[in-house]
Amino acid sequence: MARITAGIGSSHVPAIGAALDGGRSAHPDWAPIFWGYEWTREWEREQRPDVVILVYNDHASAFSLDMVPTFAIGCADTFAPADEGWGPRRIPHVHGHSELAWHIANSVVLEEFDLTFMNQMDVDHGLTVPLSLMLGQPQEWPVKVIPLAVNVIQYPTPTANRCYRLGEAIARAVRSFPEDLNVQVWGTGGMSHQLSGTRAGLINREWDTKFLDQLTSDPDALRRMSHEEYIREAGSEGMELIMWMTMRGALGPAVRELRRFYHVPASNTAVGHVVLTPVAD
Amino acid sequence: MDLAVAVRNQYDGSMSTPTFQDIPGTYVFTGERAIQGRHLNRFCMSLMSPGNRARFKADERAYLDEWPMSESQKVAVIGRDFGALLDLGGNIFRVLKIAAVDGRTTQSVAASLAGQSTQEFAEMMRSGGRNPIGLRSVSGRF
Repeated sequence: MARITAGIGSSHVPAIGAALDGGRSAHPDWAPIFWGYEWTREWEREQRPDVVILVYNDHASAFSLDMVPTFAIGCADTFAPADEGWGPRRIPHVHGHSELAWHIANSVVLEEFDLTFMNQMDVDHGLTVPLSLMLGQPQEWPVKVIPLAVNVIQYPTPTANRCYRLGEAIARAVRSFPEDLNVQVWGTGGMSHQLSGTRAGLINREWDTKFLDQLTSDPDALRRMSHEEYIREAGSEGMELIMWMTMRGALGPAVRELRRFYHVPASNTAVGHVVLTPVAD
Repeated sequence: MDLAVAVRNQYDGSMSTPTFQDIPGTYVFTGERAIQGRHLNRFCMSLMSPGNRARFKADERAYLDEWPMSESQKVAVIGRDFGALLDLGGNIFRVLKIAAVDGRTTQSVAASLAGQSTQEFAEMMRSGGRNPIGLRSVSGRF
């Protein structure tokens, strides 16, 4: 049987990928960030997950405003790095797990989560930067990845609670998949940041810290939080944090925090990172 | 009360622009903004193709005239007035495609939107970013 063994939360700042690809990871602006993920890179070498369900958002790369799926699951067997306007990242292609992806689709649609199915899709920094942070720079990615794209840009975006409940439904689907697979769920984006308006550059360390605390201790408080509050406290792009709630929902009621890292800034963003494991009832 | 119902009741308010206007200095890309910026955002996405980028760079005005955009939107594109582009319905991730054509960083665009020099903005970020105190609410509710 497939099982969800851990959840990871992480920012997905594009400049982190550019720094790594450009050989600048030892630069004083970036070294503390890569250091902050070293614990997890080591841990992942021991964990050896078979599949990562990677919750992220597309940044006008695969989805223009012509089509905005609220939730889209990647069912393809390969996903190429997207050209985001300055050429695609020179990293390995991402390999999917089509059978598990369709199994999740079959299961959650019956639970009335109507996903969009992506049979061809390029993946941008939202997905590939967390892969680099957690897995380094291998010749081939050592895991299969099921992309789960969430709309956090065109309002109305889904509620934090909806994201959480989708995570719960995904966990039920994974548990009913017959193959023996070690599955992780990663929620990406955030933490506090804002790119536009006179509040651009907003960072809310206090609120971010409370979010990380409540992710383990009181996720219901984060599920109830309104769109307005996420934006007011974490900035317009801080809305991305609802994607961490899908990861949290997939882990069940109780979790243990194995690792936490927080750093300001990566470019314009507060970098947050946690590793959580489910605690049996 | 069931949590899903509690959340839904809380979200009974509108998901439209006025709801978010209490947050100062912040753009939220609502349906109203999507209508206003429809052609501007489609033009921006056209710059994802190398052929279109070359045609745009060769003659910006002629390329813009192929799109049913307003004159003020076209002027804002040519002037790289990112604040005006957002006011006219541009979505931040779409208008950043114009910056990509110019080889400009996201941070330099963010700085210009905040009315700061890129250097000043970068220094602010290294010092912990912009503090939200006093920047939560126009009405003073928060």
